[in-house]
Amino acid sequence: MGINRRDFLKGFGGLCAVAGMSASSGLLAVQGAEASSGSQGEEKSSDKSTVRWGMLIDTRKMSEADIKKCAEACHSNHNVPDYSNVPQLGHTEVPEGGNVKDEIKWIWPAKPYQAFPSMSTSQASTQFEHGVKSGEVVAVLCNHCENPPCVRVCPTKATFKNKQGITMMDMHRCIGCRFCMAGCPYGARSFNWREPRMDKNTLWGGRPITAEYPTRERGVVEKCLFCHERIEKSGVPASGQDLLPEQVPFCVKAAPAGAIVFGNLKDPNSRIREALRANHTVVRKSEAGTNPSVFYII
Amino acid sequence: MNFTSKALPLTMVVIFVAVMLAPVWMNRSGGMVKAPKPEITEAQKAAFGTECVRPASWMRANHMQLLNTWRDEVVRDSLREDDYNDRHIDKSLTRTCLKCHDNKKNFCDRCHTYASVKPYCWTCHVVPKEKI
Amino acid sequence: MIERALTGSKKYLMWQGFLTLLVLMGVYAYSQQYMNGLGATGMSRDISWGVYIAQFTFLVGVAASAVMLVLPYYMHNFKDFGRIVVLGEFLAVAAVSMCLLFILADMGKPMRAVNVILYPTPNSVLFWDMIVLNVYLLLNLLCGMVAMESERKDMPPPKWIKPFIWVSIPWAVSIHTVTAFLYAGLPGRHFWLTAIMAPRFLASAFAGGPALLIILALILRKVTKFDAGDVAIRKLATITTYAAIINVFFVLLEFFTAYYSNVPGHAHTLDYLFFGLQEHGSDVVYNSLVPWMWTSAVFNIGAILLLLTPSTREKMGRLAFACTILFVGLWIDKGIGLVIGGFIPNPLEQIREYTPTAIEIMVTIGIWAIGFQILTTLYKVAVSIKEEKEAA
Repeated sequence: MGINRRDFLKGFGGLCAVAGMSASSGLLAVQGAEASSGSQGEEKSSDKSTVRWGMLIDTRKMSEADIKKCAEACHSNHNVPDYSNVPQLGHTEVPEGGNVKDEIKWIWPAKPYQAFPSMSTSQASTQFEHGVKSGEVVAVLCNHCENPPCVRVCPTKATFKNKQGITMMDMHRCIGCRFCMAGCPYGARSFNWREPRMDKNTLWGGRPITAEYPTRERGVVEKCLFCHERIEKSGVPASGQDLLPEQVPFCVKAAPAGAIVFGNLKDPNSRIREALRANHTVVRKSEAGTNPSVFYII
Repeated sequence: MNFTSKALPLTMVVIFVAVMLAPVWMNRSGGMVKAPKPEITEAQKAAFGTECVRPASWMRANHMQLLNTWRDEVVRDSLREDDYNDRHIDKSLTRTCLKCHDNKKNFCDRCHTYASVKPYCWTCHVVPKEKI
Repeated sequence: MIERALTGSKKYLMWQGFLTLLVLMGVYAYSQQYMNGLGATGMSRDISWGVYIAQFTFLVGVAASAVMLVLPYYMHNFKDFGRIVVLGEFLAVAAVSMCLLFILADMGKPMRAVNVILYPTPNSVLFWDMIVLNVYLLLNLLCGMVAMESERKDMPPPKWIKPFIWVSIPWAVSIHTVTAFLYAGLPGRHFWLTAIMAPRFLASAFAGGPALLIILALILRKVTKFDAGDVAIRKLATITTYAAIINVFFVLLEFFTAYYSNVPGHAHTLDYLFFGLQEHGSDVVYNSLVPWMWTSAVFNIGAILLLLTPSTREKMGRLAFACTILFVGLWIDKGIGLVIGGFIPNPLEQIREYTPTAIEIMVTIGIWAIGFQILTTLYKVAVSIKEEKEAA
């Protein structure tokens, strides 16, 4: 009689391993079942094969002030904090040039050679000479690529392509590994390095929290989501029809008339497709093979 | 001390049992707090209809699972309409559930605080200002 | 067996105590980071990976280097590595443990780490990295422990361990290849988008790992009765030398591609790292990493020159020096140069530099201390068993 310590630990460890494996397999099975049952529901016309949202930005019609207005509309309605005058964690003073480190931005103005680095500076300035208004800037944002590197590298599918072609974020699943940020060729993604809420009603930087849209927690990545929450307020418009006013993304609404066209790239009769046919347009970093959904008239 | 006697281990067992049963002993005079009921006023019911999106008894046990399922269906599959009983409900915590149960303190927190449950939904989803 | 790690000489206990102190400081620093957010580090929107991932990248290489002992000994019967194989395997255990801790420290939501298992995503390299790292950890723990137990019982290792040992050989190559794939498949990062990323990683791994092992073997020789043997140490030095030469060669190949082709995307990061870089239209030169990179270059080349001199391999003091500067040089090149450099300039051609904060450094030191504690503990067990056998 008498079991020695080593044999006891071996047996106990084996038991735990078996118990753990069965528990985890049970868990995985539950998750699998939940996942498959979660995808029930009626498939409307908005299934992935007929809708791909896209955007056409006419840089000739947008000044830096216009782009900043769009950015403010987007950021204030999506509870994006503004850290530019907030000291970094562990510091009491704001660094010279503002706090760039913790910056979160979904859409913002960039110089042409920054947005289109493959065009040499001399080329860029000549092409833009005729077009862009004062300030020589273009609006940059997530391109909602059809072949997105960020989705490819995400280990949990927290970022994924939804049925309407939007590169979406699932804030509940993101583990904050920031692989997607490394993968994005356009620098479109921001990370919540800190808690965005300053207090119950205000974000850092002073913007009031809008109740209609959630804030984020620290530790997750965020970016432009093509205002999917607005688009989904109503059904996908019929061929050739525009989105309803409450469906239109905030930046499109805030931009000068006709500066940003937003619509279904898969509908040949949509306004965006007409505009793409009628104008010479470019995308950012086409050599990356990402097939962006954001086009520019420059 | 004589370690071969049975007195010491016996004493320790008695002390152990006493410490373990102390909470029961300390609450014997009805000091136990009964689980508080979540409150929903008639005014709240009138605001949205008399029924919750699911039967109340089912919700009590399963509202967590429902919220998780809705979350995945809305965020990942863009399926925002709940067709249970043909009622066509918007699957939204903020716009549907909290329209009726808009007093978080008297409804959600009643059970959550008692059960020491801290769902982190509220770090992101904004608690609406109480209207009723 | 572990109880052997709980007793030892005064120096040993003081060493463990010192490491524990560093670990506690690291835990405190991490608690600050956990409570306030990763904003407590120096990472930013543009440099979204910093010291933590740099350490992880470097340490995966150190872990992979165990294969340089396992392969000759088990596959080619190089008997002289007999005493030192278990040191390599235990070094791999400590290194992989550090890798996993650095990944956890770097995550925005470490409590959701299980999501990687709950939602497997085969198209993500990080998913595969998680698998290969954990399996490698288990493999080395298993092989090392079994070897130790067989030695303790004075018996040959059981037959069933052989397939695990064989698997650990390609697996070691795989962990570092997969880690290289994290970088080499990103279309927007030109400094990383090169096929030579995996070979470069492997070369610097096979240089840095054995270098560290040589240092550890020499330390063990000084503080214990365990002697790995001159033949084994010299053979390791040979491996290190060749790998270090190949590594420098690969880096020079990168220089050629960048500067002969003159493609801006390829050259800009090397410009920033070695010469300093300006943003378009600005006079400000960003060059905070330039002294680091040149130090690394001097260390790497200096170490190679030293290692090529026969007298270095005879005099253990000189060998230890050469291995130390090689290890540091590789640590700078692979950790700081590669990971930070890849983010500069950012996708919009802007330059934002990176400085780790005190909290970040404390957490890093704490995790290194944990790694060294694991290493010390496992080595103490291994050495005690061998010393007991020799005394008997």
